[in-house]
Amino acid sequence: MTTEQAHKSGIGKDLVIYICLLALAGLQFVIAYQNLDPSQMLWRMLAVAIIEAGLAVLFFMHLWTEKRSFVVFVLVFTIFVLLAMQYGWTDSTRMVVGAPFSK
Amino acid sequence: MSQADLTMGGPSTGPIAGIERPFSIPTKKLAMWLFIIADTMTFAACLVAYGFVRNGSPDWPRPFHSITNVALMTFILLTSSLTMLIGLQSGRAGDKAGAFRWTMITAALGILFALLHIREWIGLIGEGMTLFKNPWGTPLFGASFFSITGLHLTHVTGGVIALIVVGIRYKGGRYNADDLEILGLYWHFVDLVWMFVVPLVYLLNLVH
Repeated sequence: MTTEQAHKSGIGKDLVIYICLLALAGLQFVIAYQNLDPSQMLWRMLAVAIIEAGLAVLFFMHLWTEKRSFVVFVLVFTIFVLLAMQYGWTDSTRMVVGAPFSK
Repeated sequence: MSQADLTMGGPSTGPIAGIERPFSIPTKKLAMWLFIIADTMTFAACLVAYGFVRNGSPDWPRPFHSITNVALMTFILLTSSLTMLIGLQSGRAGDKAGAFRWTMITAALGILFALLHIREWIGLIGEGMTLFKNPWGTPLFGASFFSITGLHLTHVTGGVIALIVVGIRYKGGRYNADDLEILGLYWHFVDLVWMFVVPLVYLLNLVH
């Protein structure tokens, strides 16, 4: 494969990912106009956003082509900290449903 | 091993004063990835805090009537990621003029995004929304909206400046395609963050 051919095939793959991202972004807007419970809407939108982010990280940011140990480092470290941030959610309804734990 | 090898990612094996290069990737690229991981935590913390106060506020407002502006902004930012990639591909193929042109197109799209964002802010401020009050509900809405979108807008602005500076220096021969790739990582990250800001901050607050 010549450099020019590699250049064109690379853009072709990027174009496919770009169209997928546009479609997924459009899907989020469709979900927003559905008559759903807010929590259902949130989970569906977050699921689409995570798929979008995965595509962007793997293909636009070329994480897919990096050394496997680096991919593991980035994903494990990032996902662990993101999950660790979720520990306080049960307290978020304290102001709405009363404050049993603050007494 | 030359200084260029050390800074730009030359041979990935072999000791450098007894130290192996981590993950066999260039130093600048690793630094950008570490910055992106750290910045992910910053945005994630902001969005979790936003979700926390939204969940805990019974009178959370839903002031957005139209998705036209945010849809256009999303389209522009996603397209700018594609133009960044085309610029990088041009650079890798040795097309210096093409790489510079696409990098500047990316910067122009970033400027357009920022202008649309500022126009939206001006509209909301005109409706009476500030950091500390708004006419629709809890004042926390204005604080969280301006904080999150402002942090993102700051990143876009910084990215546009970096695109212009790196693009010009690339054209002048001071930087190479590796530098475009590293800047591209940052620009795609800005795009990635927007994918979460849109549903959480805009779409969940649409008037139904």
